[in-house]
Amino acid sequence: MNPPDLSEIWVYLSQRPLTGLTLTLVAYALGDWLYEKSGHYPLLNPVPIAIAVIAGVLWVTGIPYQDYFEGAKFVHFLLGPATVALAIPLYQQLDQLKRSGPALIAGVIIGAACASGAAVGFGWIAGASEQTLMSLAPKSVTAPIAMGITEQLGGLPSLTAVLVILTGITGAVLGPFVLNLVKIKDWRARGLAMGVAGHGIATARALQVNSIAGAFAGIAMGLNGLATAILLPIIFGLVF
Amino acid sequence: MLIRYLALILGCQLIGETITVATDIPVPGPVIGMVILFTGLLIKRGLPHGLEIAGGGLLRHLALLFVPAGVGVMLHIPRLADEWWPILLAIVPGTLIAIAITALIMQWLGRNTISDGDRV
Repeated sequence: MNPPDLSEIWVYLSQRPLTGLTLTLVAYALGDWLYEKSGHYPLLNPVPIAIAVIAGVLWVTGIPYQDYFEGAKFVHFLLGPATVALAIPLYQQLDQLKRSGPALIAGVIIGAACASGAAVGFGWIAGASEQTLMSLAPKSVTAPIAMGITEQLGGLPSLTAVLVILTGITGAVLGPFVLNLVKIKDWRARGLAMGVAGHGIATARALQVNSIAGAFAGIAMGLNGLATAILLPIIFGLVF
Repeated sequence: MLIRYLALILGCQLIGETITVATDIPVPGPVIGMVILFTGLLIKRGLPHGLEIAGGGLLRHLALLFVPAGVGVMLHIPRLADEWWPILLAIVPGTLIAIAITALIMQWLGRNTISDGDRV
């Protein structure tokens, strides 16, 4: 019997879950390494790098996304448990939560409405399709929750994931300039605004600058996820 | 006993998903699971070390977890090309306006509870 030729091995490998899973981890490790090397330069966020590398490999090799996802779904699955685990940092910030209680909760709810409203408003004025609007609505919420919300609304979770990442990068890179422009002198307000509008990516940036800002960004991210997940489907149910 | 705490996290999610399906509440199951876990911690008044480790392990590489879905952008390239202008407007000015308004409101709401450490 002849040994199988290379193309047969390739066909076999391209259909194994192991290939998609390995590709995901290798691409992310590469992105993370670049991010570390650059001293956490916001534009070199590991997520868009990993996505670009994987999409490039799939495009060159002709592996369909569905075959890739057969392996990558094992990573994807962990989004659910990770969302549950967000209760832990929220609980660790309990003292901060109590100290500024009512202002904090009102700030998050108003901020969540602004973030979602501005996204849908701008999108609608500029003529986005309904499905794109549904995918834009939760764009300021941390990705695992945002994707769940989009699924409930009838948008496209994978499009939301991309929009969420772009939003986080925008908030992390340009947010501090805006905060200086409108003269925000309270670290709590600076952190809260970053966390509400730019979720985890902007929270990471706030943490680097000031610990109070970082704590409030973290709380804001968690509470925004909760508030948006509860309110948005109800509001959309009334409007559409 | 890491396994016990991983089981606890998955269990909270499972209860959350069950509630979502059973009641038609339009909230993602894992979010309900998060509320259940948070309530549990409030009742217990303490964070078990094993739970901190199990949850920390999941959250430390949170960014990795949305790569597979993000690669799905490949399926949406035609949409992004068609609708790049509304999407760009929603993301850049949309996010920056939200940051400005939220910070101004929070600064005003918190004007009576501000302490020295909060001042820039």
